[in-house]
Amino acid sequence: MKKFLLLLVVLPFLVSFNTASIPSVQLKDLNGNLVDTGKLSNDGKPMLICFWATWCSPCKKELNTYAEHYEDWKEETGVKIYAVTIDDQRTVNSVKPYINSVSWEYEILMDVNKQFAQAMGVNNPPHTFLLDGNGNIVWQHSGYQPGDEEEVHEQLLKLK
Amino acid sequence: MKFLFGILFLFTSFIVIAQDNSNKQETKGQLTGNFMVLFQQYNEDTLIGAVVPDAKAALNSFGNFTYTYGKLSAGVRFESYQNAILGFPSRFKGSGIGNRYVRYNDNFLDVTVGNFYEQFGTGMALRTYWEPNLGIDNALDGVRVILRPTKAIDLKGIFGEQRLDFNNRLINGSGIVRGADAEIRINDLFKSLEEKPLKVSVGGSFVSKYQAGTTIEKDSLLLLLPNNVSLTGGRVGLMYKDFQFTGEYAYKINDPNADNNYIYKDGQGMFANLTYSTKGFGLSINGKFIDNMAFRSEREALLFDVPINFLPSITRQHTYNLAATLYPYATVLNGESGISGELFYNFKKESLLGGKYGTYVGVNVAAVNSLDTTRLIGQEAIVQGYRTNSPLFGTQKYVRDINLEVRKKIDSKLSLVYAHYYFEFNTLTTPVTNDYKGIVYAHVDVIDVQYKIKPKHFIRGELQSLITEQDKGNWATALAEYTFSPHWTVAVLDQYNYGNSNPDKRVHYLYGTVGYNTGGTRIAVGYGKRRAGIFCIGGVCRAVPASNGLEINITSSF
Repeated sequence: MKKFLLLLVVLPFLVSFNTASIPSVQLKDLNGNLVDTGKLSNDGKPMLICFWATWCSPCKKELNTYAEHYEDWKEETGVKIYAVTIDDQRTVNSVKPYINSVSWEYEILMDVNKQFAQAMGVNNPPHTFLLDGNGNIVWQHSGYQPGDEEEVHEQLLKLK
Repeated sequence: MKFLFGILFLFTSFIVIAQDNSNKQETKGQLTGNFMVLFQQYNEDTLIGAVVPDAKAALNSFGNFTYTYGKLSAGVRFESYQNAILGFPSRFKGSGIGNRYVRYNDNFLDVTVGNFYEQFGTGMALRTYWEPNLGIDNALDGVRVILRPTKAIDLKGIFGEQRLDFNNRLINGSGIVRGADAEIRINDLFKSLEEKPLKVSVGGSFVSKYQAGTTIEKDSLLLLLPNNVSLTGGRVGLMYKDFQFTGEYAYKINDPNADNNYIYKDGQGMFANLTYSTKGFGLSINGKFIDNMAFRSEREALLFDVPINFLPSITRQHTYNLAATLYPYATVLNGESGISGELFYNFKKESLLGGKYGTYVGVNVAAVNSLDTTRLIGQEAIVQGYRTNSPLFGTQKYVRDINLEVRKKIDSKLSLVYAHYYFEFNTLTTPVTNDYKGIVYAHVDVIDVQYKIKPKHFIRGELQSLITEQDKGNWATALAEYTFSPHWTVAVLDQYNYGNSNPDKRVHYLYGTVGYNTGGTRIAVGYGKRRAGIFCIGGVCRAVPASNGLEINITSSF
């Protein structure tokens, strides 16, 4: 019986699988405005969606490193970075002061109850998704090791 | 079971519709999801008190599948506990479906039937969430309706039971949670206010739980326990140029429960935060008090079981091993009063302290005490417990946490972090140890060095020291990590209790791990002894339970 149920659920998935795009979740930006993640766009240019948290040192290392390259990447590929914080109520009030102190130029979204992270299948932070100009996820990477930015750059150049 | 079939029917119907219409519409159905497998094998170790479970090994796993077709989506999570790994509720058993839902979502209406996660405001009234690394899941199972009549207004209504257990399937608790929440963003309501520098939002929540009433005998009194308990909350958010304020207050009536030893005293809680930030500088100040605010859908439940609201600690979430694993503070739900402040500053590039790359400094201070209360006597004590005099500090110290972090990139190859922490930690109110009851005074120092050997090859080392005369005495931690981007990590961590007053307990917690990353998949194999806490090794942060033996962890997103 259980196997049958499993089959019933899994089979249709398998036959209808195709390139993933962004699920729709209502998040707030740093100014308290609602943003529908299903409508994130960048005028046909690529986007990076990076999940992070103030308590996650590899995440901050990743986004601080991207910040050093962001101007060049934008110039080369037109990429826009969305930094989605999964800080919950314990630490979410540190997000804005932290971002201002490190002067990130990213679009910031607050996923305080991890609903977007779950919809995107994120297990642990950091987790980065690359979307092509049509909003399809074309590459992703979990974790950040120093040097990963070079692979991100290579992947971005492939979309040119 | 009927419900499950109902869900499956809807679920497959969606997909059939999706496929039928795939040529007519641009929208395509899509599958997303993730899974995790965590295997642990246990070794006996009498020195650290590690007891091997009879099965000698344990395995937790889950797979989430979400199917989205335009405005419709449906999800299911399979879970398996063979048995549950240590640190998880040991009653989690077997394999089956732990979460399932269907959802319709457009700009105006968002309806979910089945399991859902929701947060009202700061969570003081209601928050259901899932923390798979720790076994926390208090998902509601019922119906959620969200209406957005204009971009200025969100209206939410929820009705459901809460997840309590897992035994080959999801098992809910006996209580029913009902709630409503409204949030209005005033500036979006009137066109004339849209461009004003002062942004205002207000919100209100009402949450009520039903659990069949009963009677209990307490100190020779027969107490009649109520069927319904409600909580009402209000909140405000203000933003003006570089300033931002958020505040929430909640009031709960008439909730005798196991947390508060069955007293009828009303509960209340307040949280306020003020931030000021500008380029290169950030400041955040918090104040809060909690008075008898444990709120669960079953009055007998304790610890992680069926909490309706979320009352996080005001202290910082630490990640360096010795600061994170030995004295982690958790909110005292029955009553506490606390303040905290955090300051971030970035010394500019080319300034005296900034050097070539700038220098980052973070300072964080938190203090939490008992609430200012007076214990009642006689029959009143049995029924009401205590009287709250003010929301200010009472006489008992719960925690002091003062810490400083400095980050500096020296040149293109070398970067450094130095951190210092000072704790005063009351182990009577937050029972993290059995070796000492009272205030632990501890200093922690951390040096973290990262060096680039050649492109994509990095080595990182941490040296940490904890100095205290109480509890288990002094500790040292050393970490060495080698990463070869984008795939490989090798790390060794040793946490050493060299200052334990009992020479037999001067234990090394030695743990080695190898990790491999590719795309959305990560495989990590570890061996050794490890204390519970947040572990950031190999470029990933994960909350982990204590372990002793072999561990294999596979996570993947698709």
